[in-house]
Amino acid sequence: MGNIVTLLFNGISEGCLIFLMASSLSVVLGLMGVVNFAHGTLFLWGGYVYAWIYNWTGNWPLSILAAVTVGFGLGILFEKIFISRVYGNMSAQIMVTLGLQIVFTELCRVFWGAQQITVARPSFLSGVSNFAGITIVHYRLFLIVVGVVVTVGGQLVLTKTRVGMIIRAGVQNSEMVDSLGINIKRYFTIVFAIAAALAGLGGALYSPLNGTLNSNMGAANQLLAFIVVVIGGMGSFIGSALGSLFLGIMVAVIGWVLPDISLVAPVLMMALVLIFKPKGLFGLAVRK
Amino acid sequence: MSLLKVKDLVSYIGLFTILQGVDVEIQQGEAIAILGRNGAGKTTFLRTLMGLVKTRSGSIELDGVSLVGTPTHKIAHMGIGYCPEDYGVFDSLSIEENLLLAKHKDDDATAERIEYVLELFPDLKLAYKRMARTLSGGQRQMLSVGRALVNENKLILIDEPSKGLAPVVIEKMALALKEISKKSTIVLVEQNFNMACAVTDRYYMIDEGRTVHNGQICDLIDDKELQQRHLGL
Repeated sequence: MGNIVTLLFNGISEGCLIFLMASSLSVVLGLMGVVNFAHGTLFLWGGYVYAWIYNWTGNWPLSILAAVTVGFGLGILFEKIFISRVYGNMSAQIMVTLGLQIVFTELCRVFWGAQQITVARPSFLSGVSNFAGITIVHYRLFLIVVGVVVTVGGQLVLTKTRVGMIIRAGVQNSEMVDSLGINIKRYFTIVFAIAAALAGLGGALYSPLNGTLNSNMGAANQLLAFIVVVIGGMGSFIGSALGSLFLGIMVAVIGWVLPDISLVAPVLMMALVLIFKPKGLFGLAVRK
Repeated sequence: MSLLKVKDLVSYIGLFTILQGVDVEIQQGEAIAILGRNGAGKTTFLRTLMGLVKTRSGSIELDGVSLVGTPTHKIAHMGIGYCPEDYGVFDSLSIEENLLLAKHKDDDATAERIEYVLELFPDLKLAYKRMARTLSGGQRQMLSVGRALVNENKLILIDEPSKGLAPVVIEKMALALKEISKKSTIVLVEQNFNMACAVTDRYYMIDEGRTVHNGQICDLIDDKELQQRHLGL
């Protein structure tokens, strides 16, 4: 029983981590119609910036802030210079974002080398507690708290604020939002930058969980985020949260019960959803 | 000075030139109809005014200020309200949110105008907190038109408000638009000739992207030959 609860706990924490990347990917796809294959790079940069600053200064808040800021900055750079030129052209978006993925992953190797980097968890989050046979890794508990805060905060912004109204409306019909006198392009840039910052935060939180970083981690996690977007439905914030939890728990359970198929299980799950519910389990209408 | 002056307007979508010379002039307080067959360029005309379709040549002036090359959101702030053919209602927002999203100012005058919209369309008041996805076609059209009244717009562009509606709803909509026309300047694109007659005073007829005729709507009612030639009635 204790093992099962521990497994669920680990799965939920993994899900929260995936959610940081998947929710932002989903909103960008839903609002802006942009298929962003560079999202994993933003995650990667978040991880490396965090590890670099943390290993150098030992200052955890500063390291997190730096990772989020770099993600945000890269988001603005990507959107203003590259993405804004290819709105409405999916083939060009794939080419451009794949190009960005390759270039910025290589730049990562140039700045920080191709070797693995190790990074420790901050001391106040590095403990483990045991009760009733359940092992609770403090850092994983922290990831769950972050996931809940981002989910609740994001949902509040989407449902209770004017910005949220604009985003929800823009997902459906950005042209009409523009016709009402709202500069939707400015919101595109802001949303893209916030999405990039969330990916950066995801990378920063992932690094200490894993303990090591390498330049392939962006692409690997991006695949999981895309799977969540398909399962949860494009443009749906809550869909991403539920999809991430579902995927996190599924990967943890299958990794324990049938470790041989743990890598292929998420892809199989995605295929099943695509066959039986192509819009995802909680999908919204996506901007054409 | 005319409120809206469009001269020799040519606009295009991709490789296709859609409008090939449209001339329209509207005075403050007028209600005019843009008539024409399917595919004549009526909807494109409204979309070009809103900056949603690119202008190749010609001029569009609102109160003497050129709209050509102006971004759509700025055109909306210059005082043009737009109700597109497909209503443009946001399903994931409530009626209240659809109306609030449109407002440019957070003042008493805007609040009064929203009250006016709800009086004009009591259906919207009854379902004020309901999500727009649950609305009927007629209610969606009411919301679309109501949203264009939230701001103090100089000009309201309405694209085929009768499309897909039941005759009894069309009648209600015509009455509401007639009421709105007492306070606002309206450009109405319409295939339903009776609706156009009920709401507007003058018309411009577009055929193959060009204005081919204009005049008083009451004269057109009697001119069966013109109706047949350009409207296929």
